Amino acid sequence: MVNLTIDNRKIEAEAGRTILEVARENGIVIPTLCTHESLEPTGSCRLCVVEAKQGKRTRIVTSCLYPVAEGLTVDTKSERVMNVRRLVLQLLLARCPESAQLKEMAAEMGVGAEPRFTPDKDNVKCILCRMCVRTCEKVVGVSAIGFSYRGTEKKVCTPFQEESATCIGCGACAYICPTGHIEMETTKTGDSRTIWGRTFKMATCTVCGRYFAPEDQLKYISRTADVPLENLAVCISCR
Amino acid sequence: MEEKVIEIVQRYSGDKSYLVPILQDVQREFNYLPKDALFSVSAHLSVPISRVYEVVTFYKAFSLKPKGRNQLSLCMGTACHVRGAELIARNVEDFLGIKEGDTTADLEYSFETVGCLGACALGPVLVVNGEYHGHMNIAKSTKILKKLGKKVATDDEQD
Repeated sequence: MVNLTIDNRKIEAEAGRTILEVARENGIVIPTLCTHESLEPTGSCRLCVVEAKQGKRTRIVTSCLYPVAEGLTVDTKSERVMNVRRLVLQLLLARCPESAQLKEMAAEMGVGAEPRFTPDKDNVKCILCRMCVRTCEKVVGVSAIGFSYRGTEKKVCTPFQEESATCIGCGACAYICPTGHIEMETTKTGDSRTIWGRTFKMATCTVCGRYFAPEDQLKYISRTADVPLENLAVCISCR
Repeated sequence: MEEKVIEIVQRYSGDKSYLVPILQDVQREFNYLPKDALFSVSAHLSVPISRVYEVVTFYKAFSLKPKGRNQLSLCMGTACHVRGAELIARNVEDFLGIKEGDTTADLEYSFETVGCLGACALGPVLVVNGEYHGHMNIAKSTKILKKLGKKVATDDEQD
């Protein structure tokens, strides 16, 4: 266990944990876009910056990656931190002016668009945090999408930008996306959904008769978990 | 194609950390990276195709489009640029009838412009099939292209 101070509060925490985890457990709010409990932190959105003082040295660090240490003093809301955070958000906003989630966050933090940063006009809502790609690989285990091209051309897409044969249509990438970039459309009746340019047929629950999951996803779960397909024919609410 | 890819993958004992050298060898073999070859590389290395596609699109050295038999690269670095590389580029483009980054329809020529080649003292530099030609000018570039066997279309042939 180590002793540290976050926003003038003395906190005891387990060594090896990150500032963000410890702060959140103690009810200190730090805004983030690219953190999720099921994924390792990567520090790509840069919104979780805090001021960390160790000894005589004070610096701006990403709290989602910085491990707590004995005698560490953290300030999550100093003027310096807020300046950095506002700037980061303004840059993200200029990249994705259409993203509802970013707009909401900006309104909460009282950040307006910065005239210096010309907003992109391509209507891309992706901040390139790579959460979708990592979810598809680490959580779902399918790796149907990836980052392709580089620099200003970089974007998330399926191989060859075609319908992916490996995609199971689970929609985890659309769910995890913090800025609403990935689009998944479901028909009114719910009998099919379209994601990454491919349409998936949905399976119905044998009890309530509602459409609840893509057939390909059920087949995938049946194959990887070695469960007969019949055992997966009932939706969560009816189980 | 499948056998060739398997042979290349086995050259590296199927180790997925050699993905880039394997792709380089595949490209050398086929002169570009055919889609089917990428799928078999993915299958034999157990690397997801999305990851292979990430690597292929990241590096400019990899091409998903067929490349010409003769590859021309013109340096557009600062030193070459100020010495008129732009004019040479226009000349090569007019001569081959393609734009920078393209390949002629008969798959004979590919032309690309590159950043600095590290031979600024020789600028402007034109690299033809790996061979450096320094102090390039419009007349010299035409001569090189003619030497490569491209017939110059005369005015009445062009119609």
